[in-house]
Order: sequence, then C-alpha cells, then structure tokens
Amino acid sequence: MIEFRGVSKDYGSVKALDDVTLRVNRGEVLTILGPNGSGKTTLLKLAAGLELPTEGEVVYDGVIVEPSNAASVRRKATLVFQKTVTFRGSVFDNVAYGLRLRGIGADEVERRVTEALDLVRLSHLKERRAGTLSGGEQQRLSLARALVLGCELLLLDEPTANLDPDSLIIVKDVIGRLKGEGETTIVIATHNLEQAESLSSRIVLFREGRVIEEVHPEELLVAPSPEMARFTRSENVFSGVSKVVEGVAHISVGGDVEIMAAFSHEGQVLIHVRPEDIIISRGRMESSARNNLLGRISGITEQNSIVKLRVDVGRVFTVQITRKSLVEMGLNVGQEIYLTFKASSVQAI
Amino acid sequence: MVSVILDGLARAISLILAGDPVLVEITLRSLAISGFATIAASLWSIPLGALIGLGKFRGRVLLRGAFNVLLGVPTVTLGLVLYLLVSRSGPLGFLRLLYTPTAIILGQAVLITPIIVSFVANTLEAVDPDVRNLALTLGSTETEAVLMVVNESLEGVLLSVTAGFNRAIAELGIALMVGGNIRGVTRMLTTYIALETNRGEVAIGIAFAVILLAIVAAVNLSVNFLQRRLRR
Repeated sequence: MIEFRGVSKDYGSVKALDDVTLRVNRGEVLTILGPNGSGKTTLLKLAAGLELPTEGEVVYDGVIVEPSNAASVRRKATLVFQKTVTFRGSVFDNVAYGLRLRGIGADEVERRVTEALDLVRLSHLKERRAGTLSGGEQQRLSLARALVLGCELLLLDEPTANLDPDSLIIVKDVIGRLKGEGETTIVIATHNLEQAESLSSRIVLFREGRVIEEVHPEELLVAPSPEMARFTRSENVFSGVSKVVEGVAHISVGGDVEIMAAFSHEGQVLIHVRPEDIIISRGRMESSARNNLLGRISGITEQNSIVKLRVDVGRVFTVQITRKSLVEMGLNVGQEIYLTFKASSVQAI
Repeated sequence: MVSVILDGLARAISLILAGDPVLVEITLRSLAISGFATIAASLWSIPLGALIGLGKFRGRVLLRGAFNVLLGVPTVTLGLVLYLLVSRSGPLGFLRLLYTPTAIILGQAVLITPIIVSFVANTLEAVDPDVRNLALTLGSTETEAVLMVVNESLEGVLLSVTAGFNRAIAELGIALMVGGNIRGVTRMLTTYIALETNRGEVAIGIAFAVILLAIVAAVNLSVNFLQRRLRR
C-alpha cells in the first residue's frame, strides 16, 4: 500500500531518516519500534503526506508522493500525533472537523461523530470544550477525530504513551477492534515493547533513522536477536551465573544479589524482570514469591499517573507503580523498601 | 496647574452630560475614520502577517525585519510622505484626496499596517506547529490549515488589531498633515486637542483628551472581555 524506497530525510544537519526501505501491506498492523529520536515520527509524517523526503521516494498505491499529490494522500491517511493537539471549540466540533472539510451533511456528521465518540467512550463529554479534557481524554479525542474519517491508513504515534490506565485499555481495545475488522492498515510508532507484541502483525526495529531488523511478534518472545533484546528490555536486564537447585535457578547477578527464576538454564544467562511485575512494601512480605530483596530508593520519576522507582538492592532495579501508591505509601528517595517478585516473573532472554 | 486640570475634567463631564454636538461629531468622526482605517489595514495585514508568520519562503526573515523597523516610523514622517503623494502636484494628486477623511483613513491604515503584520506574525508563530499539521492530516487544504491556526490564536490576532486601532485613533501627524483639521470635515479628537491647546483653551484640550482616553479604555476593555470569552 505504501512503500519507502531509499528514503532519507534531513532537517538541517540532522538526519532523521537514513536510507529507509520499507513496505506497508494493506490490512496489516505494523509496529515501528525504536527509542526516542530514532526517526519514527518522521517516518509517520512522510507516510501521512505531511513531509516529503530529502532523498528517495515514498510510493502510495503505486504513485510517487510529490508536492502536487500530497493533499490526496492526506485524505487517505491520517496521523494521530503523540502530543495531543485540540482545536478551539467542543469535543464534538473537534471530531467533526475532518468530516465538515469533506462537505458531509450535518445529519451524517452527527451520526458518525457520535459513533466515534462512543467507541472511545467520550460521548458524555461531547459538549465540553476540548481544551478542558484530561490528557488521556484528549488522546482518546485525537483517536476519535482520526477514526471518524474512516481513512484506509491510520498512523499512530505513541498512541499509549502517557495514558492513564482506563484510557490505555480503551485505546488498546479500539486498535484491537480495528485490527479485527481488517479494513484499516495501521502503523504504530512506539518504544513500548509490550504494545508491539500484543497489537501488531509485524514489527520493524528502528534506530538512528535506519531499519535495523524486522520480526514477527511471536519470534520476539521466543528468540529475540541481541539487538532487539538490548533495546526492548532495557530495564531490569541482568547478566549472571545460574545454578539450578531443587528445580529453581539461583542467579548471582553481582552486588551480592541473587535472583531466583523458574527455569532450568545453568551457566551464563541474561535475565529480565518487567518493572510492573515487582511489588514493593515497606516491611518484609510473607508470600509465595521467591524473590524478596531489601533496597533503597535512589530515584523517582513520574509520568502522569505512572511512577517509576529506581531501587538499589546491590544492583539497581526499576519498579513501576501508580501515582496513587506513591502518595499512599509516602515514598521518598533514600527510603528502604522491599521488592518482591515471583520466580516465574524472571525471564531468560 | 492643578486647577486647570480640574477645570478641564469638569468641562469634560459637563460636555458629555450635555451631549455637546461638537464633541459628539468629532468623537464619531474619529471613531469612524480610525475604525475604517483599522478594518482596511486588517484586510491586508492579517493575511500578510500569516504569510510571514507561517510561510516558508526565501526572504521571510528580511521581510519580517523590515516590518519591525517600520513599527517605529514617526507619524509626521509618514504624514509628510503621504502629503507629497496626494498633494495637487504629487503622483496621486489627481485623486483629489488631500484634506479629506479618505486621506486620513489611507494614511492611518498605512501607519498601522506594520503593527498588525508584526503582531499577527508573532502570534501565529507562537501557535503549536502541530495545529497546522493536524488540520492537514485531517484533510484540510493549506489555506484551511492556516485559517485553523488563525482561529487558534484569535485572541492574539484580536490584540494585534486593537493595538493598530489604538495607534490610529491616538495619532496626530497624519490627521494634521493630510487631513488639515477642517471643521466639520476632517477635525479629529487629536487635532482638536492640539488646536484648542495652542489657542490657550487648555480646559477644552483636557476635556477632549479625557474623552480620547475614555474611548481607548472602553475599546480595550471590550476587547479584553471578548478575549476572555474566546479563551477556552
């Protein structure tokens, strides 16, 4: 459907894309996975007809995208920005904007906008001024504003970044539903591995404006390449020596830290614990979880309702909690806390 | 000194309360002339400001700088240039514009063009560039996208136009040089204040100055109110 042929894009002296060749097939959900600043957003802007390449060509349905036909590409493809932007006016007016541009009658606008707002569960707010919505609601509004157009190509830039848990579920549900219907081709740019795994049919790893490799989500879980593993599991990745005792692997990862895992590899291993699988407590917890480590909080970073703690237990762990927990537990840098996680939460990579 | 000012204030109040015909006539003329000048200037200055603020073309920075320099043009200098243009022997003399309200409207419109252009360019530049990209990706044409950006910064555009009007209604040089302060034709608040003060009628000068200030205050307060209504 859309093809990048040796595409480079420069912004002054910055090379955002560097000789990218990539094909997006009709009906697929393609994830562009990469760290911030790897050129994902630029790629989406080119696919949306908002920018043109410095070198190479973008081909949409067999036609090279040029200044003269970029407008027609923009009618077929729509981009949902990472940073939400709302227009002045009500939620309804925001969603209706694209339809009104297309000269669609008031009755149909009403029907389609209501339908789109229902889908992202914002119907009850349709009269509200868009600027007064919360971050998550604005992100859902952005999605509805794009969905309502029924474009054949939907480009989503970090659609789940900075979302509150409710909005996250809604947005994932909508993307999943579109995928199920199979009528819309979707390209998602994200740095979130989990999302790539669960939503897409194909994943392209991006780094420094280049395509590094292409995988299918199943392969990612089973046998990720070192490059993929290095990028995708950047938090709580430890290497150590594993020794299996009574069916449980004991892994010394340095700093006097021993992690127990429910696998049977022995010798040198690389392991990963997802930040959201770790439970924290002020006192030692009595539980069936095998890993119980005492550490000190060395850093707290907040992003909307999600908080990430860095906890030094000899090695530094990243733990993800909600803002509510942070406040309720009265956590501060320097405090001692326990980390608890199951042996089965430890994955070998 | 204080008694002169108090005398002027008292005079102003009595003139207003009495609905003095000269006062009403001069005030309405000033409002009409500066109002028309502002509308006319807005017609070309807002699109020009949008072009400079949002456009991508060679010489944009230079053009911007030029308008910024023009912000400081003294009204008397502009009045002189316009006088030379529209006087009988000037290149536009055949239009017979000298000492007409049209000449003042034209002059004031030229005077406030740099203000509106620079301010509009500034306010549009400050709008998140993604507003335009968003409009485009939702299927707008370039023009529709620019309109959306203008709509998003309506408060700023309104402020630019108000600043233009303020400058127009308060200027003296152009009204005097191409208007001529002719009673019943081109007499404006500023020219009348200058005239009466020169004649030693300081109290009347103060009275009209107070009225001029009141108009400017009223216009700006209304705009302020409107801006707050517009704000989301």
